[in-house]
Amino acid sequence: MFDVEKIRRDFPMLRGLQMQGKKLVYLDNAATSFKPYSVIKAIENYYYNCTANAHRGDYDLSHEVDELYENSRAKVAKFIGAKRSEVVFTSGASMSLNLVAYGYGVKYLKENDEILLTEAEHASNILPWFKVAEITGCKIKYVPLDEDGRLTLENVKKTITSNTKIIAVAHVTNVMGYIIDVKSIAELAHQNGSILVVDGAQSVPHMKIDVKDLDCDFLCFSGHKMCGPTGIGVLYGKYELLDKMDPLLSGGGMNTRFDMCGDVGLQIPPLKFEAGTQNIEGAIGLAAAVEYLENIGMQQIEQYENQLRTYAVEKMKEIEDITIYNSKAETGIITFNLKGVFAQDAASLLNSKGVCVRSGQHCAKILMERLQTLATLRASIYFYNTKEDIDIFIEACKKGGDFLDAFFND
Amino acid sequence: MHFSMTNEMMREIIMDHYQNPRNRREENDETYKTVFMDSTSCIDKIYIQAKIIDDRLVDVCWHGVGCAISTASTSIMTELLLNKSVLEAEDIIANYMHMIHEEEYDPEKLDEAIVFMNTSKQAARIKCATIGWNGMKQILGDDDHE
Repeated sequence: MFDVEKIRRDFPMLRGLQMQGKKLVYLDNAATSFKPYSVIKAIENYYYNCTANAHRGDYDLSHEVDELYENSRAKVAKFIGAKRSEVVFTSGASMSLNLVAYGYGVKYLKENDEILLTEAEHASNILPWFKVAEITGCKIKYVPLDEDGRLTLENVKKTITSNTKIIAVAHVTNVMGYIIDVKSIAELAHQNGSILVVDGAQSVPHMKIDVKDLDCDFLCFSGHKMCGPTGIGVLYGKYELLDKMDPLLSGGGMNTRFDMCGDVGLQIPPLKFEAGTQNIEGAIGLAAAVEYLENIGMQQIEQYENQLRTYAVEKMKEIEDITIYNSKAETGIITFNLKGVFAQDAASLLNSKGVCVRSGQHCAKILMERLQTLATLRASIYFYNTKEDIDIFIEACKKGGDFLDAFFND
Repeated sequence: MHFSMTNEMMREIIMDHYQNPRNRREENDETYKTVFMDSTSCIDKIYIQAKIIDDRLVDVCWHGVGCAISTASTSIMTELLLNKSVLEAEDIIANYMHMIHEEEYDPEKLDEAIVFMNTSKQAARIKCATIGWNGMKQILGDDDHE
């Protein structure tokens, strides 16, 4: 039984904080999420009771940290249906995508090879591929989106060629919020001899993921958007691909031996990619977040967020002065504008009502040309949001015509 | 007039400059100094231009895209600094920055620009209210990279 009031009591940030003297309504969950006590306590436990380095186990304390760290990996692996050896800890989705781009893309792509992206991708799933193109001479192509701004299998079919080596797309884009059909695109990619890299930053926190079922080759995501700490993320990769790609960083912990002639033996994945002392508290915190989410149930989370989204969109449609850009999306991301009010001025108005939303181009700058607007507002829901949050948000939106109120604290 | 100005009047001045920005045009004349100001946190992209002869700002203009606060504050700045000497301009800018950061300032020197006196209450808007002004500081060679 999904009880949102009970859930809210798990989050210190939801204990009744105020912003601008109003009840805090946090609708910027696509940017980052709040953390439950259990995550904070798990991190605290590492510093209070068992601080030592991992993988250095000459004494009991270090062995204990080793177990905590590797058990965290196992927990995260199980959460996405992967093997433990296929989960690499990174600093976040951006680093994960960079690791695939440099470690696989730069190593294996050649001139005339192609990388397929979409214009709805986040900067972190575009800019690393630009570097791959710059270094290898390969080409970047964009799969056209349909009229709603959605990536369809049909359009991937139309764009893919025998030169396509990598398809890199978001499972859920951070502006449009549509869920793409990863499974079908993976099947198409593999028939074509291409690999599929999935940016899961906006999907993994919100839905049940099984990488074996999706059959994607890589999946990248961040801990902080799923109730975990900042600075920790995951690169999932099929083992044979992780095995043949290069690490981004070299250093301690990733080699087995080296000599003065430069002959280096590398650890096997995932340790091969984890040079230097790792973000141990981050891994432990992420595992606690995974445990927290699993206790609620990913299906329940997805279902609840979908209901709340539907409620919000229906209410927003009743207000004439709101333009919604993705009313058909399935997830908790709602992209909109208040008519005649520049996005940043509108965000400032909502701030004055205690409501947190994001304004701007949301790191997907090329998409804005398609939406024919300079900037948008984005409200993004997580499972701890309530109908009351939505009602407060809607009331604040109704004041759009008086957006300068915010500036005068009226 | 400054201390008797109501919020309603300030609001009207901001809206007026937002809807009818003054001195908004692009100069391709190479005798103009041009500074491009953009922001990583918002989409403001503003070019500030000034022609300085004998230490006097004989022309000031700007173009680009911004929110209501950045548009109005830049528009007001261009009116205020036009035909001022570099020293006078620097003094006005310094007073404006003091006002924005809730330090002591002389309201007489700021004229219409005092409509931004409330900016510090909405800390996120400080960047909007100063983007054009910081551009002009750069043009005057007084950029302390704040």
